[in-house]
This record gives sequence, C-alpha cells and structure tokens, in this order.
Amino acid sequence: MNTSLRRHLIASVIGLATAALSPALLAQTVAPIKAVASFSILGDLVRQVGGDRVAVEVLVGPGSDAHVFQPTPSQARLVGQAQIVFSNGLGFEGWMSRLLGTAGYKGRHVVASRGIQAIHTEEAGEKPHAGHQHEETDPHAWQSVPNAMVYVGNIVKGLCEADATGCASYRRNAVAYNAQLKALDTDIRATWAVIPATQRKIITSHDAFGYYAHAYGVKFLAPQGVNTDSEASAKGVAQLVRQIKQEQIKALFVESISDPRLIAQIGRETGAKPAGELFSDSLSNAQGPAASYVAMMRANTTALTQAIQGH
Amino acid sequence: MNDIAVSPLMAWLVGNPLLGPFAEFGFMRDALLGCVALSLSAAPVGVFLMLRRMSLTGDAMAHAILPGAAIGYLVSGLSLTAMTIGGIAAGLTVAVGSGLVARNTVLREDTSLAAFYLLSLALGVLIVSVRGNSVDLLHVLFGTVLALDNAALTLLGGISATTLVALALLYRPLVLECLDPGFLRQVSRWSPVAHYGFLGLLVINLVAGFHALGTLMAVGIMVLPAATARFWVRRLGPLLLLATALALLACLSGLLISYHADWPTSPVIVLSLGAMYLLSLLFAPQGALRHQRPASSHLQA
Repeated sequence: MNTSLRRHLIASVIGLATAALSPALLAQTVAPIKAVASFSILGDLVRQVGGDRVAVEVLVGPGSDAHVFQPTPSQARLVGQAQIVFSNGLGFEGWMSRLLGTAGYKGRHVVASRGIQAIHTEEAGEKPHAGHQHEETDPHAWQSVPNAMVYVGNIVKGLCEADATGCASYRRNAVAYNAQLKALDTDIRATWAVIPATQRKIITSHDAFGYYAHAYGVKFLAPQGVNTDSEASAKGVAQLVRQIKQEQIKALFVESISDPRLIAQIGRETGAKPAGELFSDSLSNAQGPAASYVAMMRANTTALTQAIQGH
Repeated sequence: MNDIAVSPLMAWLVGNPLLGPFAEFGFMRDALLGCVALSLSAAPVGVFLMLRRMSLTGDAMAHAILPGAAIGYLVSGLSLTAMTIGGIAAGLTVAVGSGLVARNTVLREDTSLAAFYLLSLALGVLIVSVRGNSVDLLHVLFGTVLALDNAALTLLGGISATTLVALALLYRPLVLECLDPGFLRQVSRWSPVAHYGFLGLLVINLVAGFHALGTLMAVGIMVLPAATARFWVRRLGPLLLLATALALLACLSGLLISYHADWPTSPVIVLSLGAMYLLSLLFAPQGALRHQRPASSHLQA
C-alpha cells in the first residue's frame, strides 16, 4: 500500500513537471532548431533523430550530385541563419568550409562521419602511401549501415549540445532509429547470405560502394572501355564484354552507357542482365524507391541481389 | 566460350588481328553483317544518285527523315518499327511533295526539295526541343552499328534485298533517266515510275543507314563509294561493282580500326570511305593529278 502510494506520488510529480514544462515544449515546436544538412541522405538521418524539434534544410537535394554542387546565395543565407550544420566529411563536401566562411557561420558544425573506420578508394590502395590521405579516402561511408549508426551517434551529440532541453527526446529517437538500422543491417546480411560468395560480383559505373562492399562482402568492379563522354568504340565494347565473361558477371549496373540498345547488345553477347537503378549519393524524391535512408539501402540490396539471382 | 582455348583453329582465329574481333565477339559479326547488307544496296543507289547529279539530294533527304524518326522515338521510345515507319513516312512525304512541285510548277527540283526538307528539319528540331530530352535523341540519331539486334539485321537485309530487286527491275528506265530525262518522259510512261521508285529506294536506304550509322553518316556510305569509283571506271556495270566493293572494304576497315584504335565506329567507317576518296582523287586514272581533259559526264551504258 505504501509503495503504491509512493508510486502514485512520483507519477503525479512527473505529471506536474511535464505540465510545467509544456509551455516551453510548445515554444520549441513553434520555433524548432534550424539545422542544415549538406546532402539528402544526411538530411534524412538528422530528421530521424531530430523529430519535430528540428527543422532540417538540405543543401544538395534528392537526385543532385554533391560532388559538383555550387551553393546559391539563398543557400548561403540559409547556412548563415542556421543553428547547427551537419556535413559528411571525409572530403565529400569540398565546398563546405568555403560556404561556411562566405555565409559568416559561427555556430556548431558537426562532421557526421567522425569516428568511422575510413577506407580508401581502390586506385589509392594500389599506390604507396603518399600522405594525401584526404584525397584518397572514400567519403561514401553511409553505404554501410553500422557506419550510419555512428552518424546517428554524432548527430545526437551535436543536437544535444545545440539544444540541451531536447536532449532526452533526441536520445529516445536515436534509440528507436538505431533499432530500425540494426534490423536493416540484419536483413541486408540475410539477403546476401543466400548468394555464394563467388557470385557476389557486380559491374557498376558508380564508385560509391566501397563501404557496402566491405560490410557485406560484395565485389564491385568498374566497367572497362566505356564512358559517358564519348560515342562507344568497338574496342570499348569488346573490353567490357571480355571483362563480363572473365569475371562471370551476371548483373550490370552501367549508367555510363546511355544507349539502351548497346546495353541490350552487351547483354545478348554475355548473358549478363542489364539491371535497375542504384542510389549512391542521394535519395530519390518522395515518390521514388529510395525516399529515405532505410528505403535506399533496401532498394539497393534488392536490386543487387535480384540481378545476381536473375529475377 | 570455353571451347576457344580448346580448338587450335579458334585460338588462331581469335589471335589474328583481322579475323579475331569477328571470331570472338558476336556484336562485331552483327555489325559486319549489317554493314554488308547496307553496302550492297546503298552503294548502287549512290551510283545512280551521282549519275543523276542528285548527291546533295541524298543529304537533304537524310535530314528530311530526321523528324519522322524523332516522332517515332518520342511516341514509342527506341522502337525499331516506330522509327522506321516514321522515317520512311517523313522521307516519302518530302520526296513526293518536292517531286510534285518540281514537275507541276515553275520551281525546279532543287528549290522545291530544299523548301520541303527545311520544313521537315525545322519540324524535327521543334519536336526535339519541346520534348526536351535531346541528349537521348542525339544518341539515337548517331546510330549504333555496334548494337544491331536480330530485328534490325532482318530489316537491313530486307531493305537490301528489296533495293537490289527494284534496281534490277528499274534498271533500263533509270539509266535512260540518267542520260536524258526529257527523252524518257516523251517515249515512255516509265519516267515517273523510275523517278519516284528511285526516290523510294533512296528513302528506305537512308532509313537503313540511319539505323546502322545514324542520319548524319548514312549519306556517306551512299555518296562516297560512288564518287570514289568514278575516278577509276567509266562504264555503269564496273561502277556499280566497284562502288559496292569499296563500301564493303570501308565497312570492314572501319570496324577493325574502331576495334584496334578505340575510336567511335560510324565516323571511322565514313572516314575510311573519305580516305579512299582522297587517295583516288590524287592517284586514280581520272583523278586530279592526271592531266587529262575532265572526263565527260555522259555515260556509255
């Protein structure tokens, strides 16, 4: 009886405290924290952690390329007014420090990839260590789900420092989201588990899947002989055909050949199937198959494994 | 493809720089087959174009095909059928339209054709611009000799066979029309048949060339072999044979050069023809370096 009374008392105290705090909470929802994320995938992660307390603006929107981004004056103003700025780091946004300087931004700048085990791009791996580490690092760290959990940790830390009142809420959101990510990671591993390791080979013109390859044991090869800039030559097509045959590739994700008839011809020649779209550096729009980070990772995994299994 | 290593003959074939690409790669064989079909029909058509002083007409007609193919592409994507029908329809409209104007009004054929093909070209540019995906369309218009599938090869073969049969049937009226169109018109009802039939052949061969080499290059395989052959021979029979042989040779060398030098295929084929033309211009019996009287343009058929 005594304990129950005490419990009751505690509950009502908490209730009172919440009631006393609620005007402050209300004020927060009216004027949320202004956050700016450098690109759409990071923007989604910040949104998941921030929830209603944070208004996220994304500089490089869905479907755009962060490598060749040119900030506009209105985006510089956006950054100047922000309370917290998130970037990927690892040399992904070469324009970020300049933009922060131009915008006169003095606030908190969170590098979301801090603390991950960076890997180096393949060409860099063959070269002896030259000390140009920032140029050789592969920035696409979010392509592995465990790394995304590190991102989430950094985002929570940054948001808590910028908005101490919301810290508990951020932590709660992060725990829930990390559970989703954990399930996603398990699913991806389970999907690949049914495919023998020797068959896990993909030719793709994207160079963004180093972390994915590392985390899930898939080999990504760059297509030889063809590029977007020029008309295909017989030699280029022949090189690609030879590569597909030698590596016994079943799936082609070759966006650098823009003529679908040529991809079809290569498919006939080699038995490899031209497969769908992969999302590497940005989400799709809200109607697309990769509207969020989780959806993107699922869409990529489905596209890759189905192509290999010949569906 | 494992049997390559097993059979010594195949190993030798694949190692051979001239035969190897065709032995190893199906797309090279398809490309060669398509080019052979195209050469067999386009080169003879080109000879008659030259004899009728209509070589530039070929170029104009190639542009006239463009909007039809563009409409076909925009309606149903990279469909062989849609682009073929569109191209032939646009080409025939311009050919018949300009022919009718030339034969029934004060305008000559060159002017009426220019008028019609410019209208057609402007329409094509308008369609492309309004729909906005001009990058795709440019790829389409540049042709893909490396991506010929069975349907495309069947089409090229069919057009080639049709052309050869039609040329055999129209041979006499066509030759007469080349020599003296006015005479043919007086003595025979065959004059319009020969004229429009020939324009029809021109259009279907340009469409075939458009599938293989692209609209911009298709005229090359018509005009250049005929012009080159003319430096060497005068009689019609040898002219037809030599032009065809030169076209075949250029296709083969173009494909091989594209394979070994890593250059885009269609321009290399046309440039092979161009090299033959320039060499013939310099060294052939009736070329520029021979101090002969300019050869008579009349033909001894």
